[in-house]
Amino acid sequence: MTTAKTDEVVKEQPAPATPSDQRERDRMRRRLARRRGGGWWPYAFLAPWFIGLFGLTIYPMLDSLYLSFTDFDLLTPAQWVGMDNYNKMFTDDPVFWDSVHATLLYVVVSVPLKLALALGVAMLLNRDLKGIGLYRAAFYLPSLLGGAVAIAIVWRQVFGGDGLFNDFLAWFGIKGQDWISSPDTALYTLILLAVWQFGTPMVIFLAGLKQLPKDVYEAAAIDGATPITRFFKITLPLLTPIVFFNVVLQIIDAFKTFTPAFVISNGSGGPLNSTMLYSLYLYKKGFTDLQMGYASALAWVLFLVIAGFTAVNFIASRYWVHYDD
Amino acid sequence: MSAITSAHDPKSPLQKLRSATGSRRIFIHTVLIGVAIVMLYPLLWMLSSSFKPDTHIFTQPGLIPSSVRPENYSEGWSGSGNSFSLYITNSLIVTIGAVIGNVISCSLAAYAFARFEFRGKKIWFGLMLGTLMLPTQAVLIPQYTIFYNLTWINTYLPLIVPKFLAVDAFFIFLMVQFIRSIPRELDHAAMMDGANPFEIYWKIILPLMKPALITTTIFTFIWTYDDFLHQLVYLQQNDKFTVPLGLTLFMDQTSGSSYGAMFAMSTLALLPTLICFLIFQKRLVEGLATSGMKG
Repeated sequence: MTTAKTDEVVKEQPAPATPSDQRERDRMRRRLARRRGGGWWPYAFLAPWFIGLFGLTIYPMLDSLYLSFTDFDLLTPAQWVGMDNYNKMFTDDPVFWDSVHATLLYVVVSVPLKLALALGVAMLLNRDLKGIGLYRAAFYLPSLLGGAVAIAIVWRQVFGGDGLFNDFLAWFGIKGQDWISSPDTALYTLILLAVWQFGTPMVIFLAGLKQLPKDVYEAAAIDGATPITRFFKITLPLLTPIVFFNVVLQIIDAFKTFTPAFVISNGSGGPLNSTMLYSLYLYKKGFTDLQMGYASALAWVLFLVIAGFTAVNFIASRYWVHYDD
Repeated sequence: MSAITSAHDPKSPLQKLRSATGSRRIFIHTVLIGVAIVMLYPLLWMLSSSFKPDTHIFTQPGLIPSSVRPENYSEGWSGSGNSFSLYITNSLIVTIGAVIGNVISCSLAAYAFARFEFRGKKIWFGLMLGTLMLPTQAVLIPQYTIFYNLTWINTYLPLIVPKFLAVDAFFIFLMVQFIRSIPRELDHAAMMDGANPFEIYWKIILPLMKPALITTTIFTFIWTYDDFLHQLVYLQQNDKFTVPLGLTLFMDQTSGSSYGAMFAMSTLALLPTLICFLIFQKRLVEGLATSGMKG
């Protein structure tokens, strides 16, 4: 592209370049080329990142893989035990399966609900309304406070036996219970917390909605398409790249959830391991029980599962995500 | 016929579509206000509970306290072993260190990715994006052993030093996108004046990317301030505790006996984030939206 431009410039200036001009220009061009390549400069700028990448990501990943085949309590040297950790995990650790169950349920229920709500509210906000900034702010605020311990503490009280949620139910004559200490419902209070924080995907949806081509809607309106047809035939297909982006991000985020599960169950994952999200179990194994080899195996399984989910997402996206190019 | 009506009607079909009728407008506002109440009610409930006497918190669920008890704040502040001012100071040390680290290291890396061609650039860039998806839990234990061997446990170094090594790829990515929107002609002009790449970064790119740096600052501040897992893992003695750890400590010790004070401190703990939000509301929302869009 740049060469095309310089050619044009040359054509517009028919006067032949003097030798010194030519030399100057050549020198400039060489400097530019060198600068594009950059010599050692780019590596100097990237040095901190390289140290971080190798020292705090790649080496730890490999170390974690090694540790996952050992018995390691941090204080004494790691003992090689082969596949023992993985065998135990899959065949002889009911808590592991409790945590897998809780985590999958959490991901599968909270992510679609959260995204549906985010998209719905974004559609409502995508018009000229008075006070739209206020609405956006109000809906985004809970997400910003997302990981805070204070929020989890409030949530614990809201869904406690005499908490706010039961007062609300009482209006409708429904007698509540202690939602946090019942193994059937405790996880759903966490899910509700996640859904309440739909602000981040909402903002991203809103940005996407604003970029949709107006003329398509105009044409559809002239053809008399109903709002529902317009949503399914125009909005949703055009929005699929954004939907995809949000799905990938939210699934990864949901797998990593730690703080609310820790605070709401007081670090126990209870009642009956119903809120033992995977990250919480990993933390307990590694840092409470000091079974760091086992926790490393847990970490690698988590890593593979997330990578798997993401890969499946990317492969499946070929069939439902439309890029307009 | 239709030509005549459209001639009389200055609005295009789309405008008609958008400018909903009065009743529809009211309906949308009603729905949105309803959602807004649900979104904000728990926060308001926390605020109001922080001023109520313990006995009223669960028996008088309304938002307006029948009697106000500001002592919740003073008791909570001096409350759990250490004064809350210590936790806030500690949190400030950690967050300010993290912000400085992220702004420097991420902008350096972003400049290299946005402005240079070098061997393997695509692979490195891909790796950088890949780390975006890597869950922190996957490297938590080996990182812990590294910091343990460096005897950094129970110091703030494990929370601050990684930020100087550009481990938050999200911000590198955000800044790369931003730098790409700065015209290269500016770099070239500076180069003709004899500036080297570092001078171009320092004198041209950095000042121009202020919006991206502010977004990075706010999000690093909030995310580090709220980052419970790493603080829980690395900080072990009470006098090193940060606000989130102080809160859980407080929660355990006073369980059942002093809800008012707990809510008071929870409210205070949210204040820095809330203030950030109120000042930078627009930038936060837009920064997120634009960075998300280009993903």
